Amino acid sequence: MSEVAVKGAVKHYGTVAALDGVDLTFADGEFFGLLGPSGSGKTTLLRAIAGFIELDRGEIRIDGTDISRIPVHQRNIGMVFQNYALFPHMNVAENIAFGLDVRSVAAAEIKQRVSESLDLVRLSGLDQRRPKQLSGGQQQRVALARALVTRPQVLLLDEPLSALDKHLRQEMQVELRRIQRQIGITTIFVTHDQEEALTLSDRVAIFNKGQVVQAGSPRAVYERPVDRFAAGFLGEANFLDGRVSVIAGGVARVVLSTGGEILTPAADLALNEAVLIALRPEKISIDPAPAGAAAMPNRILGTVVAAIFSGSSLTYRIAVGDRIFIVFEQNKSRAPLPEQSAVILEWPTADNVVVKP
Amino acid sequence: MTPTTRTRWAILGLTGPAYLWLACTIFLPIAAMLALSFLDKSPLVPKPASFTLDNYGAFFGKPFYWSLTRWSIELGFWVTLFSFLIGYPAAYALAKRVKGRWREAIFLLIVLPFWSNALVRIFSWTMVLRSNGIIDLGMQSIFPGAPTVDLLFTYPAVVIGLVHSYLPYMILTCYIALQAIDDSLIEAGRSLGASKFTTFRRVVLPLSLPGIISGSALIFVPVIGSFMEPRILGGTKGATLGMNIEEQFTVTANWPLGAALSFILLAIVLVIFGILFPFLRKQGGAA
Repeated sequence: MSEVAVKGAVKHYGTVAALDGVDLTFADGEFFGLLGPSGSGKTTLLRAIAGFIELDRGEIRIDGTDISRIPVHQRNIGMVFQNYALFPHMNVAENIAFGLDVRSVAAAEIKQRVSESLDLVRLSGLDQRRPKQLSGGQQQRVALARALVTRPQVLLLDEPLSALDKHLRQEMQVELRRIQRQIGITTIFVTHDQEEALTLSDRVAIFNKGQVVQAGSPRAVYERPVDRFAAGFLGEANFLDGRVSVIAGGVARVVLSTGGEILTPAADLALNEAVLIALRPEKISIDPAPAGAAAMPNRILGTVVAAIFSGSSLTYRIAVGDRIFIVFEQNKSRAPLPEQSAVILEWPTADNVVVKP
Repeated sequence: MTPTTRTRWAILGLTGPAYLWLACTIFLPIAAMLALSFLDKSPLVPKPASFTLDNYGAFFGKPFYWSLTRWSIELGFWVTLFSFLIGYPAAYALAKRVKGRWREAIFLLIVLPFWSNALVRIFSWTMVLRSNGIIDLGMQSIFPGAPTVDLLFTYPAVVIGLVHSYLPYMILTCYIALQAIDDSLIEAGRSLGASKFTTFRRVVLPLSLPGIISGSALIFVPVIGSFMEPRILGGTKGATLGMNIEEQFTVTANWPLGAALSFILLAIVLVIFGILFPFLRKQGGAA
């Protein structure tokens, strides 16, 4: 079990910077999600840790040892590939035994450890099957068993669940978490699925253009995004821009560029400062507007443009002036608010998050 | 018409012409040859012919044919081996290392032998291999006074000419097999602790085996029946079963013996395929 530290990682492809000065530390036993759009550098970092990519600058340390110059096969990592990459000419047991075999582990011990691994991923009895005789979820488990049987210091997962259908994916998420907890291995995984990242990770890092935009616990990153990109990439957000007009008692009053006022925790805002505020759609409560209702700070009037029904929840698109607000509402007893009806949107001051543009 | 009968008619309509063509051009002549191989006289002789097993008896009775067969199989073995040793690395480089437009350009160079006339190709080798030929002159200019290099009418000359002719088969079949191997399988092997060489031996080589075997079959079979290259490049040193068969038809006019020898050659090929087939199927099923 090990700590992985990445320092000043830089990798260029031609003029494009795939990694542009990345510093991240993955704590011992941590489940860490690398999240970002394609081409943001998350996969490059994972492959650099695995050893498939050599960094232009920077270093990667496992438990303090610089592994940047150590070839892949001497790094003691376990990796699960997006398409599982099971050896088609070997059966399940042979696939899992491969890593032990090349390390010249004794036959009896190989047998023992292969069978333990199969138990761990709950595939006992399938050891003689060929990979193509297995379902996607089973192949995934074999790939996991194969990566773990050599007792690596770090487990690397490259979009491990993206090839599975939704139901199976959720089942495997739980399974993956259980196995990771059970053996307590430091795990780094790449995904573009934000929900998956939030569900699985102890911490996440959001990548954009080769840099880490923000790293932290899923809740911290979700509730307190640092900039527009982080707020927009992880979940949905309404963005409000305006200027600070009054600061009093730790609360700033912001006059929005589209009219209306909101209150936000002042933190380190200055008077007259231009600010951008992110507001999560589920933080807003929505109600039919009574006749003569007036706007107040953190309370604005709008018109329903569309109500999108998606089973457990509703997504409203609300026109406020020429701006559209997105509002999520749990599907409770009330019938959806009709289109074109007037509504009041309201939310607490604490949910206004000042973000960098 | 029900959908099933319509499908059946469609299959018949689409495959019928091909089967008819194959039946006329392959099975009929082969059947005629088979009948011919059991006759005691050539149809050219204006006397009625009768049934005999002598032609096959001749093969099994005369050690000359045995050594000829052994030579042919040996030749097939060497040509296949050298084609593999030269072709496999080339296919590997093409499939796994060269990318983009370069790949097409190099491919073109590999397929070029197919586009040139076989006779032109073989005769141009005579100019390279004979004394005072290109290799000889080259050697003399680098090492003045070196002994004359005259490879023409030697066994190596036949192997060189045949490897040149059949190498593209090996490269193409191995390329297809290698290219189908997902790079992530190689990476998986490396991540599990296998060195580059071990990954190659345990993953890449077994998965490309079907390509190697089909390439070998495509080369071995025509080589043991070849007669042009052995005759032009090997002269008297290049005697093969194929050359002897050709002589039975064109020189000695002993068609029945030629036909019998042809069928023995065919039988040898079938036996070799029979040995390889289960192996091919096993590998093909696994890939």
